[in-house]
Amino acid sequence: MALAGLTMTVPPGEAFGFLGPNGAGKTTAVKLLLGLAAPSSGEGWVLGRPLGDRAARRRIGYLPELFRYQGWLSAREVLGLHCELAGLPRSTWRDEVQAALEIVDLAGRAEDRVGTFSKGMQQRLGLGAALLGKPELIFLDEPTSALDPVGRHDVRQIIHSVKERGTAVFLNSHLLTEVEMVCDRVAIVDHGKVVASGTLDDLLGGQAVRIRVTGLKPSQRASLASFGELDDDGEWITVRGLDPDRVPELVAEVVRMDGRVYQVEPRHQTLEDRFLQLLSEQPQPRPHPNPSPGGRGSS
Amino acid sequence: MPPALVIARLTLREARRRRLLLILLVLTLVMVAVTTWGFSRLWDVRVGGRPPGAIFVRTTTSQLMIVVAFMFTTVLGLSATVVSSPSISGDLESGLALSMLARPIRRSDVLLGKWLGFVAMVVFYTGGAAALEMLTVDWVTGYVPPHPLEFVVFVSAVGIALVTLSMTLSTRLSGLVGGVIALVGFFMSWMGGIVGSIGLALQNQPLMDVGAASRLIIPADGLWRGAIWALEPAIVIAGVRSAGPGAASNPFFAADPPPAAYLAWCAFWILGLLALAVWSFSKREV
Repeated sequence: MALAGLTMTVPPGEAFGFLGPNGAGKTTAVKLLLGLAAPSSGEGWVLGRPLGDRAARRRIGYLPELFRYQGWLSAREVLGLHCELAGLPRSTWRDEVQAALEIVDLAGRAEDRVGTFSKGMQQRLGLGAALLGKPELIFLDEPTSALDPVGRHDVRQIIHSVKERGTAVFLNSHLLTEVEMVCDRVAIVDHGKVVASGTLDDLLGGQAVRIRVTGLKPSQRASLASFGELDDDGEWITVRGLDPDRVPELVAEVVRMDGRVYQVEPRHQTLEDRFLQLLSEQPQPRPHPNPSPGGRGSS
Repeated sequence: MPPALVIARLTLREARRRRLLLILLVLTLVMVAVTTWGFSRLWDVRVGGRPPGAIFVRTTTSQLMIVVAFMFTTVLGLSATVVSSPSISGDLESGLALSMLARPIRRSDVLLGKWLGFVAMVVFYTGGAAALEMLTVDWVTGYVPPHPLEFVVFVSAVGIALVTLSMTLSTRLSGLVGGVIALVGFFMSWMGGIVGSIGLALQNQPLMDVGAASRLIIPADGLWRGAIWALEPAIVIAGVRSAGPGAASNPFFAADPPPAAYLAWCAFWILGLLALAVWSFSKREV
């Protein structure tokens, strides 16, 4: 997947959601940032260092989307191995491993072979490995894809806790409701380009309200644009960017114009709505004869 | 500990946990026990109705040991290829490499670490099995090969060459495909060596050239010749030399060790292939 002009800033203590349809280039972007794939052209930086820099990787945790650990090692041994590979001081290994096991709720299975773990447990272990050494930046690629609802809730709590200690979290996920729950900022990428980015409020355009109303002339319906961005399908009128406190005022205005109000739905545009809307606005790409990672990126 | 040594230790640990080392140990003990029993029976042979003399037993033992060594080297070559051919590709396919290579280590650390682990296994296995076999043969027949240490070095070098070839292929090909290619190369090298021996017997230059070329392309047969020489007693070498080139063309006979230039080529072949493997692995997407 060709990537171009990706610039993403993830401040410490914030979670950044990286969204996009399948094949948009999300995993490729993460691999480029970690030096697991080399750009065919261009350059990039992460934590102020060039892509793939080993000193930067020392400060990064990573949970891949599709991964496996040595099934013949125990969970404790896997985490110990990653402490060693991460270059953590030997004196910290025991505490780091124990803390990671407790955070991901695997302390009771610490001595069991990873080969006996369910996919969900392996994902928890991967998350624990990503947390070793208190990295400044954590890349989580679909961290909840194999988890049950309780596991997903736990992962959200873990992400909140690592944010609180000042770690930046870069979250790749298809589960938009999860992104909405944990991320402060998001970027939507399609065909290798960021098509929208910003805080969730920026992206979702604030609040909206839907009113099912009859008895208004077209000009009267259009006059409601004074309350916000209007979307009128003939039956439902959607007003975007309206402060919730002004909803009674809007209803009163409709009634004053002799309109008949059947339903009022305060409505917050979901990330999924916005995601689908943005993607539908994108022009269809021309086939790329030689897909390859490339471009500029930083984080 | 340097990351490459961490990976080497992990490779050895995997072999132990997966019971590879245990199985090799058991199979080696069985092989040594069976062959030792066979060697001990040489004293029961009757030569002209009389018990054999020590010279007969030791000379016969020396030639049988070459056959046993051939079998052992074949098993070592097969095992080394099968174990090492999925070493990189398997980790890439399973996603194991993703989690490891995101750590602050070089790809060369992973590749060289695995290579060192396999090399250690080859050397320990060859050294241990050869020492055990030679000790028991000495015990039952009184025969000790003339160059035991050199034998271990040459046979280990065959295993190391195959490990290096398999790992290089593994950076780009699946374990199955890379393993098949390495094994075909291994056997083709031996076939080429036999063709060269036939050429020597017939004094046919093209056939001798085929043998020489095969020893250069994959040095398995060339190094095996060194192992034969290490086991060959002086009395046999003198006898075969006096019998002419026809006898010297026996594929289980070597009168001289490989020349220093050829050994230098083998070292260059192994190190060059290893460098190619490191380069190939470093250039591919994980």
